[in-house]
Amino acid sequence: MDRSAHAVGVEAAVSILELKNISKNFGAIQAVNDISFSLQPGEVTGLMGDNGAGKSTLVKMIAGNYRPSSGSMMMENVPLEMHKPIDARQHGIEIVHQDLALCNNLTAAANVFLGRELRVGRGPFQVLDYKSMYQKAGQIFAELKSETRPRDLVKQMSGGQRQAVAIARTRLTNPKIVLMDEPTAAISVRQVAEVLNLIRRLRDQGIAVVLISHRMPDVFTVADRIIVLRRGTKVADKKTSESSPEEVTGLITGAIERA
Amino acid sequence: MTTTLEKTIDAKQQSWLSEKLGSQTFWVFMAVVAACVFLSFATDSFATPKNLYNITRNVTFVAMIALGMTMVIITGGIDLSVGSVLCLCSMVLAVVMHAGYNIEVGIAASIATALVIGAFNGILIAYLDFPPFVVTLGMLSIARSLAMVTSGNTVVFEFGPDHQQLLALGGGAWLFGIANPVIYMLVLALITGFVLRWTRFGRYLFAIGGNEHAATLTGVPVKLIKVAVYMVSALSAGIAGIVQTGWLGAVTTNIGSGMELQVIAAAVIGGANLAGGVGTAMGAIIGAALIEVIRNSLGLLGINAFWQGVFIGGAILLAVLFDRIRNLRQRD
Repeated sequence: MDRSAHAVGVEAAVSILELKNISKNFGAIQAVNDISFSLQPGEVTGLMGDNGAGKSTLVKMIAGNYRPSSGSMMMENVPLEMHKPIDARQHGIEIVHQDLALCNNLTAAANVFLGRELRVGRGPFQVLDYKSMYQKAGQIFAELKSETRPRDLVKQMSGGQRQAVAIARTRLTNPKIVLMDEPTAAISVRQVAEVLNLIRRLRDQGIAVVLISHRMPDVFTVADRIIVLRRGTKVADKKTSESSPEEVTGLITGAIERA
Repeated sequence: MTTTLEKTIDAKQQSWLSEKLGSQTFWVFMAVVAACVFLSFATDSFATPKNLYNITRNVTFVAMIALGMTMVIITGGIDLSVGSVLCLCSMVLAVVMHAGYNIEVGIAASIATALVIGAFNGILIAYLDFPPFVVTLGMLSIARSLAMVTSGNTVVFEFGPDHQQLLALGGGAWLFGIANPVIYMLVLALITGFVLRWTRFGRYLFAIGGNEHAATLTGVPVKLIKVAVYMVSALSAGIAGIVQTGWLGAVTTNIGSGMELQVIAAAVIGGANLAGGVGTAMGAIIGAALIEVIRNSLGLLGINAFWQGVFIGGAILLAVLFDRIRNLRQRD
């Protein structure tokens, strides 16, 4: 009680997204149970938990895929109502999907702009604006300090480069929140460093990043705060510097009840 | 900093030339050219205006539909119903005109038929998740049967008051002695090429063929695009049917039978990948041209027509073999 009062009084002024007592059940199954937390600009929040802990259900609610069964979400102190994933994008929430949602047969630039192609012309006579798309994609890659080139086919890219393409998508608009689902799960160790750097760049631009990951070292390297879920409830929400991998492992497995 | 950024933006994996040299379409085109050169020397009858006129005109019907088919194949789908749709659309045109309506009404009815069939295919495939192969296989049977019902399984060769106009439309040569169907084919090819390269619709076709799930997640209206592409395919069959009716001057219920296989062969020889995500308008035309040149040359060289299937089948396998070799090399 004390804690939530504190949250409303001080943190709410700067938090971008606030979840209050969010629950989600699918029939008799309680996937997410009474979870509250808030996201701050320029902060990386690690969301951890075992399979079935409710991570993806929670993320899908923030992404507009599911509607909460109860509880409320506030975006900059305004109630957030979403019915489909496109709504989330309009509210400044971008998602980097676990499988990256890339088309191998298209160029990096085409993938970045997929579904949001730039066009020139009027009315029904609009054609794709290749030049602007190549340019903008190139600028975003430069901003992310990625070596990805806009005209390269995604088919021939490394895991880190592919991740950069997926992350570049979130830079088309000026999102407030970026949700990243297991961005380091399927790539080589060397590329992990590259991706963690990309996450830092997003953070430095004042974006609230939510990092969903199984990989303890990655979360401890890049996250400012860690939230641990176990069987649908939040069992920890603390600064990374005040926790340890051992404690988090304990929280995930249930060896430690709560922290 | 700015110069390196410019360089990165302009950097290409391959030069224009090496990209062309690496494409299947280019090599099939070279094969067509080589065959034409060889035949001009080997036979007296190949390079005659009459034979060239025949070849170019014969190419067109398969090529027109191959354009629509290529779009479907790019999305990772297939349309087996095009031959039957061609027949049904021809028959609708013929019956409507035979009943005394003018040519505009006939063409409108025919095109409407094509669009309805395409929409039916597309809705089953996109919204009810039927496999394209099964839906269009069913339509192959349905459309031909409907053509028989429409005409009472008779041959229609009298097209009412606008009879002459219809024959001129398909059989004439209004521009520099080039057969009309060839002109239509070129116009359709240009439109298809433009759509594939420059429009959002074209981009979405490639995206759906490359990764349908990704296209859905990024907000591409996948289902609508799929319905539209089967409508385009049926429309291309309908247009080919209208032109072919004018050229033949008669419609029977067996025109276009087995044509779907030639059309798919043309698209595949021209570089369309049945797994989706790859294909060009130019490829469809060149693929159709290769098939026609093979057919024509066997006749001129005095080879038994029974061998035709072997040569066309061989061309399909050879074209895809090139593609496999290139892919293997890229993987290394």
